[in-house]
Amino acid sequence: MSIQVDHVTKRFGAFTVLNDVNLHVQEGELVALLGPSGCGKTTLLRILAGLERPDQGRIFLQGTEVTDQRISERRVGFVFQHYALFRHMTVADNIAFGLTVLPRAQRPSAARIQEKVHDLLGLVHLQAMADRYPSQLSGGQRQRVALARALAVEPKLLLLDEPFGALDAKVRKELRRWLRRLHDNLHVTSILVTHDQEEALEAAHRVVVMHQGNIEQIGTPDEVYENPATPFVYQFLGDVNVFHGRIAHDRILDKEAGEPLSADADASDQREVTFVRPHDLELSLSRTTPTQLEATVQFLITAGARVHLELASKEFSEIIAVELTKERYRELKLQQGDVVFVHPKQLQVFRMPSPLTVKS
Amino acid sequence: MHLILKQPSVLPGFSLALGFALFYLSVIVLIPLSGLFVKSSSLSWEQFWNVVTTPRAIASYQLTFGASLVGALINGVFGSIIAWVLVRYHFPGRSIIDALVDLPFALPTAVAGITLTAIYASNGWIGQYLEPLGIKVAFTPLGVLVALTFIGLPFVVRTVQPVLQDLDREAEEAATTLGANRWQTFRAVIVPELWPALLTGIAMAFARAVGEYGSVIFIAGNMPLKSEITPLLIMTKLEQYDYTGATALGVVMLVTSFVLALAINLLQWWSSARHMNQ
Repeated sequence: MSIQVDHVTKRFGAFTVLNDVNLHVQEGELVALLGPSGCGKTTLLRILAGLERPDQGRIFLQGTEVTDQRISERRVGFVFQHYALFRHMTVADNIAFGLTVLPRAQRPSAARIQEKVHDLLGLVHLQAMADRYPSQLSGGQRQRVALARALAVEPKLLLLDEPFGALDAKVRKELRRWLRRLHDNLHVTSILVTHDQEEALEAAHRVVVMHQGNIEQIGTPDEVYENPATPFVYQFLGDVNVFHGRIAHDRILDKEAGEPLSADADASDQREVTFVRPHDLELSLSRTTPTQLEATVQFLITAGARVHLELASKEFSEIIAVELTKERYRELKLQQGDVVFVHPKQLQVFRMPSPLTVKS
Repeated sequence: MHLILKQPSVLPGFSLALGFALFYLSVIVLIPLSGLFVKSSSLSWEQFWNVVTTPRAIASYQLTFGASLVGALINGVFGSIIAWVLVRYHFPGRSIIDALVDLPFALPTAVAGITLTAIYASNGWIGQYLEPLGIKVAFTPLGVLVALTFIGLPFVVRTVQPVLQDLDREAEEAATTLGANRWQTFRAVIVPELWPALLTGIAMAFARAVGEYGSVIFIAGNMPLKSEITPLLIMTKLEQYDYTGATALGVVMLVTSFVLALAINLLQWWSSARHMNQ
C-alpha cells in the first residue's frame, strides 16, 4: 500500500513534534525512519497507524485519505518496541487475536484460524512455543510473536516502532536481517522506526533521516551515507571529525580533495565547517604535500577489525579520530607518541550560520 | 516436622521475621479467636446446633451473608468504573472525588448509618421519591444492602486503581490495531489483567460487610426474621447475658467467613497462576 504524508504537523502543547512533514512511500518498500529520540519519528509512525491524529495535514493510504479513518479500518499492522503481547494469552492465542475479533461474518472458522496460526508460527520459527505464555519467551522470541500477530490480519502496511530496541546487540543484528529477508518474501509495505543508523542502513530500501520534527534527507542507504545533505545527517550516520575555522580551510581543505574555498567566506555571516569521516583520513609518516596536517598519536585501540586512533594537533583544539585498516596500521607501525601527517581522502563542507554573529 | 524454608539468603533476618510474624499473628488474631471456640465449647454439640439453627439465626445469616455478597458485587462493578474514571480521565475536581472514595473508610459507621437512614427514610431526600414507586429502603433488608454497599466501596476502588494505573497502554493499542473494538479490547485485554485485583477488592468489601455493625443497625429496623443481621443478634444475646449463645453464633460467622476468604484466595491464586506462570 503506498503512503502519502501531506504537510503533517503535530504539536504536544508548545512543543512541535512534527513540522510540516511530507513523505511518499511506494508500495512494497521497506523504509526506515531514522533519528535521535524526540525527533518525531515515532509520532509520525503512530499518526500513520491512526494512534495519533495530526494537528494539520493529511494522510493518504493507496491514494485514499485516511486522516479521519479509525485504526481498525486502516488494515495496518503495528509492532511495538516492548512487544505489547497479551500476557494472559498463549503465543497461539496472541497470534490468533486479530482473527478472533473479526465480525462473525468475516471471521474464519476455528480450524482455519488454527491452521493460519500454525503457518505464522512456522514463519517466525516458533512452532514449539505455541502453548507458552509470553513471560516464558526471550525478548527476541516475543518480538517475533508480536510480528506474527501483526501479520495474522494480513495488513497492507506494517509499522514497526523500534522493534529491536529492547534486545541485545547480537539478537538485534540477527533479527534485522531476518526481517529484511521476510520483507523480501512478503513484499508488504513496511516502515521501520529506529535510532540505530546501522539498523536503518542495513535493513531498509530507503532511509528517512529526521531531526527535531523535520525530515533532513530521504534516500537510499548509500545515498544518505555517501552524500549526507546536512551536517546533522553527516554526524548522525557515523563518526565524524568536524573542523572549524580558517586553519581548517588552509590545512584540511586540500584543493585536490574538496571544493575550493570561496573568497567571501569570512565576510558573510556564515562560516564553513569541514566534515571528515575517521576512515577517510589518510596517514603518512613523512610530509608529502604542504597542506598535510601534523599531529601526534595520543591513543590507539588495536582490538577489532579496524584500528582506531586519536590524534592531537597543535592547530585544532579537538581530538582527531582516525580509523585504519589492520594492514595499513601494520605498514605504518604506529606507536603512541609518533608524529604523523594527516590528509583527507574525502570530505564535505557545509556552510553554517556563525555562532559568533549575533543576530537581532 | 520439616519446615520448608527458602534458600539461605544474603539478606538477613528471615528467621527473625518469621518468628515475629507468627508471634504477632498469635497475639493479635489467633488467641482472641481461640477464646471464642473455648467459650462456645461449654455447650454440647446438640445445644450448639440448637442455638445456631433457630429460624431467627438462620434468617440473620441469610441477610448478613446475602446482603454482603450482593453489596460486594455491586461495588465490584461500580467501584471498577470509579477507579477507571479516576485513572483514565483528568477532569476538574478529580482529586476531590478521589478523596471522597475514602470517606466510607474514615466516617464513624454510626454517622454513616444515621445519615443513610435520614436520606432513605420515607420523608428523606431520596426516600420521598422512592416511596411513591413502592420502594422502601430504610428499615428493610434493602436498607441493609445500601449500608453494606456504602462501606465496601473504597476496598474495590483502592485495589483496582493501582493495577489500572500500571496497565500496559500498548497492549490496548495493540488490540486496537489488530481490529478489536473498545468492548473486545476491554473484555479480552483489560479484564483479565484486572481480575486478581478485582477479586481481592470484592473479597475485602465482602469481608468488611460481613463484620459491619454500626451503620446497619440504624437503617435496618432490626426486625427479627426480616431485617436483623447476625452481629446484631449476637449483641442482643450479650445484652441478655447469654454469652455462650453469642459465642456460638460468633463461631458460625468465624468459620463461614474463614471458608469464604479461603475460597476467594484460592480462586485468586488460580486465576493469577493460570496466566502469569513466570
